[in-house]
Amino acid sequence: MNFTEAFLRSIPIFVGINYQSMAKKKGSATYSIPDFSQSPRIDKVGVEERVSRFQKRSIKNEAKMQGLRMALNMIDLTTLEGKDTPGKVKQMCFKAAHLHDVHPGLPTVAAVCVYPSMVATAKKEVEGTGIKVASVSTAFPSGQAPLEVKLIDTKFAVDAGADEIDMVISRGRFLSGEYNFVFDEIATIKEACGKARLKVILETGELVTLDNVRRASDIAMYAGADFIKTSTGKIQPAATMQVTYTMLEAIRDFKLKTGIQVGMKPAGGISNSKLALHNLVMVNEVLGSDWLSNEWFRFGASSLANDVLMQIMKLETGVYQSSDYFSID
Amino acid sequence: MAKKNEKINWEYAPAPESTGHINLKEQYDLFIDGKWVKPNSGKYFESTNPANKKKLASVAHANEKDVDKAVKAARKAYDNVWSKMAPSERAKYIYRIARLMQERAREFAVIESLDAGKVIRESRDVDVPLACNHFFYYAGWADKLEYAFPNREVSSLGVAGQIIPWNFPLLMAAWKIAPALATGNTVVLKPAETTSLTALKLAEIIEESGLPAGVVNIVTGYGDTGAAIVNHKDVDKIAFTGSTAVGKIIQKAIAGTHKKATLELGGKSANIILEDAPLDQAVEGIVNGIFFNQGHVCCAGSRLFVQESVADQVIEKLKHRMNSLIVGDPMDKNTDVGAINSKEQLDVINSYLKIGQAEGAIMYQADCSVPSSGYYCRPTLFTGVAQSSRIVQEEIFGPVLTIQTFRTVDEVIQKANNTPYGLAAGVWTDKGSRIFNLTTKLRAGVVWANTYNKFDPTSPFGGYKESGFGREGGLHGLEAYVKFN
Repeated sequence: MNFTEAFLRSIPIFVGINYQSMAKKKGSATYSIPDFSQSPRIDKVGVEERVSRFQKRSIKNEAKMQGLRMALNMIDLTTLEGKDTPGKVKQMCFKAAHLHDVHPGLPTVAAVCVYPSMVATAKKEVEGTGIKVASVSTAFPSGQAPLEVKLIDTKFAVDAGADEIDMVISRGRFLSGEYNFVFDEIATIKEACGKARLKVILETGELVTLDNVRRASDIAMYAGADFIKTSTGKIQPAATMQVTYTMLEAIRDFKLKTGIQVGMKPAGGISNSKLALHNLVMVNEVLGSDWLSNEWFRFGASSLANDVLMQIMKLETGVYQSSDYFSID
Repeated sequence: MAKKNEKINWEYAPAPESTGHINLKEQYDLFIDGKWVKPNSGKYFESTNPANKKKLASVAHANEKDVDKAVKAARKAYDNVWSKMAPSERAKYIYRIARLMQERAREFAVIESLDAGKVIRESRDVDVPLACNHFFYYAGWADKLEYAFPNREVSSLGVAGQIIPWNFPLLMAAWKIAPALATGNTVVLKPAETTSLTALKLAEIIEESGLPAGVVNIVTGYGDTGAAIVNHKDVDKIAFTGSTAVGKIIQKAIAGTHKKATLELGGKSANIILEDAPLDQAVEGIVNGIFFNQGHVCCAGSRLFVQESVADQVIEKLKHRMNSLIVGDPMDKNTDVGAINSKEQLDVINSYLKIGQAEGAIMYQADCSVPSSGYYCRPTLFTGVAQSSRIVQEEIFGPVLTIQTFRTVDEVIQKANNTPYGLAAGVWTDKGSRIFNLTTKLRAGVVWANTYNKFDPTSPFGGYKESGFGREGGLHGLEAYVKFN
């Protein structure tokens, strides 16, 4: 008899059992799918205490400069508005490559993040700069569309040249306990991505508890996410340090279990350098320096870049410059 | 985009707390009867910074005659002023001391770190604020004793002789002095010889507060000074925090006298991780339990019990976390683990590391560098130990953890209680019913659930068995300083 994976998973007794047919392959690694209802529990009070330790780190002088440059280079410069136009996207793409030309030697941001309809425009604008184009998809931000629509949405973005896809999970299904549905949907989108890297947005503000954040992180990673991402930016609270910390621990556990490295993208609410540095301290101490590059860590933000630039200029010159000296876009 | 093979190394630049604002004298005399007096012995000893072995100040060594002078001053102040003062007036003085301490919190924190080797983050965020809070808390009780002991009439004891340890110098002084003053007693306090400075700074604040002369006297010195306090005939109450060995000597010395005593002694506390616990937070609790204040904590969670089904996972996570601890200069704001308090204590710790290895236990030390001068010990854990190992049975008082595994809850309760000590315990589980089951069966003065090493002035603290008797803190802490009429 040859049971399909989906059939086996529909029978409660087979959940979490390592059947060959249930083993997932990614690169050379093979691993079994755990029972997600048994994801590790998270103690909120303990998480808050741990996070406060990162916030107490004092980052000064050359360490601060290094951190700020890293942060700049990890930004996914984002515009996700109903009123986005090619004109707006073009200007943002120029900013992405020319953050502050009066100060030569600065890195560029990691990527620009746009809606699928803007991918082709963005792709053309950033050509030759090394900047990636990320596109949100799967009926972003709500995800309330049938799988067929989500697949078309994703394929459209990939065909238009997106290097990275930022999908949203079906939070309603997740909260109804339909973990297999969420898992299968992510796995299906992953296939549709082809060579594009997949970031899975959990929208933690709607999941509410850290237990849920941890479970959703596990589901996303086992289903094939290359990155896990906190939020769409449309819901508050977004990327709190408590949530990011919980996801980083999940990433570490996944690496230990499977050997696969997954990236992290906090998005929404990280608007100043101090917060960005605290996040980097957290990555450095929880996951280690292997994650300290934009291949594995990103900030989804629109206003962070200018604050970082302002701090860099402050370190260089000793004085703060007015925000009018830094271009918006 | 960063190149793939480029290894990034993000080292935090030094972030030292400045010491320019502190005010330390070269030499400190004894604080007796509201005045600074030279010791009868004429002798002074050095207080040094354990992080670099440099001298900080000379401190007077009080002998029997000095102690006698201090006790007489305390008696006079008790008879003539303090016991007669309206309780609400006593409260005002205690509040004033608390406020003055708070105003100079930064100076206290810096001196504490310099003198004790304690990291500035802890002295700034834990020791000093908690010490202030103890004064605030007990100030509130001073005129409400009739509510603390309903339907009973209480009165103060008289002169309290108080001897405190070197692990939390200022905090222990606050634990001792605040309830004694609130209940109307006067005080002769002796700080530990390696960490006298913050108690002497506290004496300066007491002087500034205008507290009547002789109500609090601070005498510095070694064990002989402490013995002189314990043996003085006119002392009514001994409050001691320190080693079990000295606690036993004190108890013998006061046997057959009228002296009341509270002893807060050693510990070998169990920290218990059940399989359903939130493991990452439990690992953090293990680290806070044993590496907080370099493990110089009487209630340190030095015996870790992990349920076998999650043991490998917990140990792997713990090692990872240990490697992210920054060990070094206590004055750097980023340091997690500072200097061992003295050479003597470092020798004790190192001897236990040898004993552990000789017993066949497997030692693991955090992969970190430590400064070459000063007294340091890397965070250490031992696996492959048993209930009968010496390193499991004896208090090490350093950053050294032993890890045992267990299978069932009944087994771990038996093992946790199978020790001469009983100061504290920690329980980690997601299940409320398990917490209550364990907390009622563990014979320990404090049991923390899903946290460790949390202190609050409102919460009583003290031990079972050889960890001592009497409670400090909270309502219970008042009882140690009153008699029922």
